[in-house]
Amino acid sequence: MTISTALSPGRMPDAPVAYRDDVVRWFMIAAVFWAVVGMLVGVVIAAQLTYPALNLGLPWTSFGRLRPVHTSGVIFAFGGSMLIGTSFYIVQRTCRARLFGGFAAEFVFWGYQAFIVMAALSYVLGGSQSKEYAEPEWYIDLWLAVVWVTYLVVFAGTIMKRKEPHIYVSLWYFLAFIITIAVLHIVNNLAIPVSFFGSKSYSLFSGVQDAMTQWWYGHNAVGFFLTAGFLGMMYYFVPKQAERPIWSYRLSIISFWSLIFVYIWAGPHHLHYTALPDWVQMLGMTFSVILWMPSWASMVNGIMTVSGRWDRLRTDPILRFMVVAVAFYGMSTFEGPLMSIRAVNGLSHYTDWTVGHVHSGALGWNAFISFGALYYLFPRLWGRKAMYSEPAIRLHFWLGTIGIVLYITAMWASGIMQGLMWRAYDSLGFLQYSFVETVAAMHPYYAIRAVGGLCFLSGTVIMAWNLWKTATAGEPVEAQPATPALQPAE
Amino acid sequence: MANIYSIHDVLQKHSIKLMVGIVAAVSVGGLVEIAPLFLIENTIEKVEGMRPYTPLELAGRNIYIREGCYLCHSQQIRPFRDEVDRYGPYSLAAESMYDHPFQWGSKRTGPDLARVGNKYSDDWQVRHLIHPQSVVPESVMPSYAFLATTPISGDEIAEHLKTLRLTGVPYTDEQIASAATDFAAQGSIDGAGAEFDARWPKAPSRDFDGNPEQLTEMDALVAYLQMLGTLVDFPKIVPDADFNR
Repeated sequence: MTISTALSPGRMPDAPVAYRDDVVRWFMIAAVFWAVVGMLVGVVIAAQLTYPALNLGLPWTSFGRLRPVHTSGVIFAFGGSMLIGTSFYIVQRTCRARLFGGFAAEFVFWGYQAFIVMAALSYVLGGSQSKEYAEPEWYIDLWLAVVWVTYLVVFAGTIMKRKEPHIYVSLWYFLAFIITIAVLHIVNNLAIPVSFFGSKSYSLFSGVQDAMTQWWYGHNAVGFFLTAGFLGMMYYFVPKQAERPIWSYRLSIISFWSLIFVYIWAGPHHLHYTALPDWVQMLGMTFSVILWMPSWASMVNGIMTVSGRWDRLRTDPILRFMVVAVAFYGMSTFEGPLMSIRAVNGLSHYTDWTVGHVHSGALGWNAFISFGALYYLFPRLWGRKAMYSEPAIRLHFWLGTIGIVLYITAMWASGIMQGLMWRAYDSLGFLQYSFVETVAAMHPYYAIRAVGGLCFLSGTVIMAWNLWKTATAGEPVEAQPATPALQPAE
Repeated sequence: MANIYSIHDVLQKHSIKLMVGIVAAVSVGGLVEIAPLFLIENTIEKVEGMRPYTPLELAGRNIYIREGCYLCHSQQIRPFRDEVDRYGPYSLAAESMYDHPFQWGSKRTGPDLARVGNKYSDDWQVRHLIHPQSVVPESVMPSYAFLATTPISGDEIAEHLKTLRLTGVPYTDEQIASAATDFAAQGSIDGAGAEFDARWPKAPSRDFDGNPEQLTEMDALVAYLQMLGTLVDFPKIVPDADFNR
């Protein structure tokens, strides 16, 4: 087992640490599996919105039940497996310590996969509690809470027994992600079950308070799951793949603390012009606009880390995935504050513009940085020299990029058009369009969106094949000496 | 003077201190924005007419949640001229005070439903749910024909009312005791009678799904849809004048 502590040059380990990479491997396999499943369901529901007959008239295949399967599938199953897996990989290497807790790591893996399967089955069978991105009912929520706390113990326990004096940047982000998600998950899912043996429960809060709690949760699922956690990934894999240290350590300190402090306030922008009191809406809008700065600080830090290595974008498709991911992160964290301004939100809310915004972040940022990490990790985890096929990575990159562009431009067009049609008046002072006329106008854009999604899914399938071939048929690395020889700086 | 870098220099070498710092940083926003909503009295207006859902309406609401209707239909009308013209008076906080959980939604693939009650006939609602394109050809809504053939019973509905009472919904002992009876009565073809009307003021009772033989999930869902937004008497209440927004 090689020791990779490029981040602490000149420091030699006392003895080689045997890292636990078995759990990391399982999580990576699970992540690829769930990526294909989650995106496939996404393409199916996109097609249902284009041709409603595809709902098949069955309870289990209708849009309303499949949509949470898609969102949970890509966010929690694919994204979550990526986050937990990469955090286990990174925490061992940046702490130079074996994963804490022995069997607990296995429990986190199997427990988390069980959570995903229970949640997906319950949605299809009609067991949603209707809180977006927190649809699982009380018994699944309790199970996840147990798994999540175990995850925190394993992760923090590893940090506590580290042999490095400093806790690396990635680990700050992963800690913020794990801790905050625990708090959000528990508070937002407070509910009273109807019976101990039934799945149905009623949430503790109602109406305004429930809405605010839900979007405090919902927005910070974005903020801490899809942002902080993935920034942790970015802060490790981008420097590794570019073979450069982080551009500015001080900027990472400033952006970390401001990001986690400010993000938590931004939830009310999901409730503009609703019955939520205006003072909360104004606070939410103000902090959402402020949030632009820490978000861009992280983006700048990521992009600039590649400076001096720009030529590699031509030759290294893995680095290209990562850099484009960070660029999409910058774009969607500019669009988000814009959409949180009340006047803009008045137009964008309830339309496809929101859906497009989410996907520019989810596909462009979360999925692309994950793909970069997967291409980085698979050869290393399976002891291969390189990925099985580099042309396939290039093909995946372009299929993915074209898919995103088709998806988000279609949603911008349909969302803004729909918002304008809803508020259009004719010369006599009547509403110009009936609601269903706006639905009919969406049809071509929904078709383009489905094609974009299909492109993106095809790229993911090619990646899955390429990763499979790498693990099973890639060229193995030659046996290395137990202690790697020191090499002079280039 | 201690600046952020020197503070951070301590935190990045002590995992416990770092975690405490993170908890402190992420707690402030939620506490400031959420806690006052439970304490400030005028967060929810005092409006006449609000009552908890009847047992049948509650069952219908649970079907609405089960099928994920909220993913395409909002129940929250914003104070814009076009929304008020299209859907009716803008939504008040009080109108969702008994909603555990809330159903405001976040997307309008279909129209807002906050005031859909009594806008269409029962017959239209049933036909639309069975085959949406038969009444709205351009619709992209799935068919929910199976609701009309799925029988529903009120055997356990009293437990649901009891649970909701624990969360603060003011169901009376009498309403809970007669929940199962009222559940069936509200969907009966002859109407539910005077005792029901006394327990559930202004709750309509009739055969909602056009099939008097059987009480189905369609009865429950249509009963729920037909009461949405009908409880507050809007010609009498003028929001801008009555609650200084």
